Amino acid sequence: MAQPKLGTNDMVSLPALLRKNASSFGSSAAFREKEFGIWQTWSWTKALEEAEYFALGLIELGIKPGDFVAILGRNRPDLYIAMISIQMTGATPVPQYQDSVADEMEYVLAHCGAKFVIAGDQEQVDKILEIQSKLPDFKQMIYLDGRGLRKYDHSKLHSFASIMENGKNSGSSTRTTLSEREGALDYDSTCVMLYTSGTTGKPKGVVLSNANIIETAKTTCQFDDLKQSDEILAYLPMAWIGDFIFSVGQAMWSGFCVNCPESADTLSNDLREIGPTYYFAPPRVFEMQLTNVMIRMEDSGRFKKWLFDYFMDHARHVGADILDGKSVGVASRIKYFLGELMVYGPLKNTLGFSKVRVGYTAGEAIGPEIFEFYRSLGINLKQLYGQTEASVYITQQPDGEVRGDTVGVPTPGVEVRIGDNGEVYYKSPGTFVEYYKNPESTADTKDPEGWVATGDAGFFEEDTGHLRIIDRAKDVAKMSDGSMFAPKYVENKLKFYPNILEAVVFGAGKERCVAFVNIDLSAVGNWAERNNIAYSSYQELAGHPKVLETIQSHVEEVNASIAKDKMLAGCQIHRFLVLHKELDADDGELTRTRKVRRKIIADKFEDLINALYDGSTSIYTETEVTYEDGRKGQISATLQIKDATTNNVAAIAAQ
Amino acid sequence: MLSNTDGYVTEDGRTIGGVVMEMKNITLRFGGVTAIKDITFDIREGEIRAIIGPNGAGKSSMLNVVSGFYVPQEGEVFFRGEKRPALKPFEVARQGIARTFQNIALFEGMSVLDNVMTGRLTQMKAGFISQSIWRGKAEKEEVENREICERVIDFLEIQSIRKTPVSRLPYGLKKRVELARALASEPKLLLLDEPMAGMNVEEKEDMSRFILDVNDEFGTTIALIEHDMGVVMDLSDRVVVMDYGKKIGDGTPSEVRNNQAVIDAYLGVSHD
Repeated sequence: MAQPKLGTNDMVSLPALLRKNASSFGSSAAFREKEFGIWQTWSWTKALEEAEYFALGLIELGIKPGDFVAILGRNRPDLYIAMISIQMTGATPVPQYQDSVADEMEYVLAHCGAKFVIAGDQEQVDKILEIQSKLPDFKQMIYLDGRGLRKYDHSKLHSFASIMENGKNSGSSTRTTLSEREGALDYDSTCVMLYTSGTTGKPKGVVLSNANIIETAKTTCQFDDLKQSDEILAYLPMAWIGDFIFSVGQAMWSGFCVNCPESADTLSNDLREIGPTYYFAPPRVFEMQLTNVMIRMEDSGRFKKWLFDYFMDHARHVGADILDGKSVGVASRIKYFLGELMVYGPLKNTLGFSKVRVGYTAGEAIGPEIFEFYRSLGINLKQLYGQTEASVYITQQPDGEVRGDTVGVPTPGVEVRIGDNGEVYYKSPGTFVEYYKNPESTADTKDPEGWVATGDAGFFEEDTGHLRIIDRAKDVAKMSDGSMFAPKYVENKLKFYPNILEAVVFGAGKERCVAFVNIDLSAVGNWAERNNIAYSSYQELAGHPKVLETIQSHVEEVNASIAKDKMLAGCQIHRFLVLHKELDADDGELTRTRKVRRKIIADKFEDLINALYDGSTSIYTETEVTYEDGRKGQISATLQIKDATTNNVAAIAAQ
Repeated sequence: MLSNTDGYVTEDGRTIGGVVMEMKNITLRFGGVTAIKDITFDIREGEIRAIIGPNGAGKSSMLNVVSGFYVPQEGEVFFRGEKRPALKPFEVARQGIARTFQNIALFEGMSVLDNVMTGRLTQMKAGFISQSIWRGKAEKEEVENREICERVIDFLEIQSIRKTPVSRLPYGLKKRVELARALASEPKLLLLDEPMAGMNVEEKEDMSRFILDVNDEFGTTIALIEHDMGVVMDLSDRVVVMDYGKKIGDGTPSEVRNNQAVIDAYLGVSHD
């Protein structure tokens, strides 16, 4: 049966890009997903066909232009295709964090008035059913994995396959409707709405147009020369703008293949099997991988350990220069080549980075040692700086100009300026349209000329033109003696130690700085194992005197390094404690993207902060914790408070 | 009393069919020890049937009679209405009965996938030569059977340990692999001997969900022995209670809970 021709080929919307890819790349892989132990492939032709069927099915289900459709689930080709289908029908996809609890989801779904929900599995379906009564606009739900749903009431519940089947069998009037609606899409139509995780207050719905996404994808694909032959692994939350730009925007623009892992547990294995050429990970992932490598090297034989240390030492000296194409002596090159054969190559293969051509990290500052480690192996890891409101890109590092402490130069097409208070402002084709149903916030963030305040304080280096970010603008405060207080700067320095997972520094308006520290269970646990230190829980390990000693030495090293910086010398940590629980997004202490929520933590642990300032040596505390399934419990602990040596430079600088 | 062919509807709205397996006046002795004394009960199509009782009550012996491993000295076993003769274990497996063990009985040196594949052995028909050169029938069979195993692996969410040798797995996962092997044979009747023994709360919750999902998704009839009363009361449709080899109660969880004989057996009675 001849299909009626749908849509147009003017590349002003993602469905149009999908059509272009289907006609120019046809049978090449658009998506892959590992299922039943085998990589299943969707060609561009198949992706387009399924997108059309699903869109037709949605129309049969009653979707209208302007509706919002929430998507919750892990990264799967079906869900990516569904997002394009939703756009075809003139509606807007709203991807959600799959690990949000029902309450968080309730706010977002009620705020945008989502009429339809596409849920990955039973767990997600249950969440929606739980809050259904509070969502007056909610109409129908579609699920992907039907396991455990057989006995559910199916009056508002449909399987993904049945919608697709309905679409396939739909009549010509539905097809006409679809082609009209798709034809009506233009550069200004809404492409997607993403909720910012919100370090303060309620999440805000960021509306991004086709122009935002496509223009951004176009310039950044050129910047890094991304091609149809590239491969990426889609494993970061679909609700995060980065995943939308990489796995949808850039993938649709340049036609590269998006690979979805089998499950979260098989991620490292799947990464190795795919060997992506374009890779993104937040610093945390790189940190974790490096920690794992180091732990396993500690456990390996003496010869292997020696070989690793010997060649890694060499790589640290010349690896990054070779990568940047600088001149390096012949002898060093030969030694590096041997290292590649014996250490770097196999290591990159184990990590799944053998083929990485372009790698990015962003979101938080990355430790210089960590960054150098990957670069010295010959992995082209770079940094970028961005936010949801900018469709990610504000600045990024061009090849050959990569450094650990900057975030690069403005992305082509983006204008950046520094405000009088040190805050970074930008204006770009990717700048968001508005915050949905929130004109005040929109006006606060974006001025009439289109300049957007990032909320970050930073400055341009005069000699290189690279941007450096110091901290959140609102977190940069003054201490009681008037010296500058930049908590994140100090926290990042602490977090660069593998033993420290998270740190929170307080001191605004006070005389001195104090800190909470979270230990990294895998690193400290391994250390404890090797030193025959028995522990039964996180809490016990965190309170162990030897652990406290180690953390104290880290804090003192950080103090010494901060003291060198005149501007920030006042931020040295005088007293600290190791928290008895890991800071957790379920308890509201971190955002879903794992950023510290300073104010909430300060309120919650007020007793601990007081103890840090009043000179006591230990404090008893009780804390409420939320388990993953939403139940609550109490934990109590007596925490030791430690004094850290600070350097006199601080006193001199303060005077 | 229900007749053998009648069904009933459970509290959560599932329809249970007629009798699959019937135990009639079973008595089992080991020398002078009577492990099971004159027990009669049945297992119905699609239900989750639990056997509970204090230590040494004869639960595992009872399950071994159901599986055909022990042949009782007295009494009869009816499977789908027919009297069952003494069978070899592989003949039992071909009838569509699969089980897991109280003490894990996996091939420790083999990978999870290979262990699960052993669950398909009774379905493999290719000859020795074909298997050795792995051509023709053997290859086709392996592909078909592998697919079934992969579906089970997906179902039980053990993809990440597919290629891991079983000896390297923690206890809770080994239990899950055992369940996977039993499911791979696509059983009609699944016997679980203490599926949750030695597990922590989270592992128990996972396992309970899997048992319910198996029953729901494949319509598998399940008979299980379990010590955790909370789990038994939540999962099962009907419960047989044993004490010192005798049946002291039989009924829905709430009936059993209020049965005085059962309360006495579990809490003890004063001797006054």
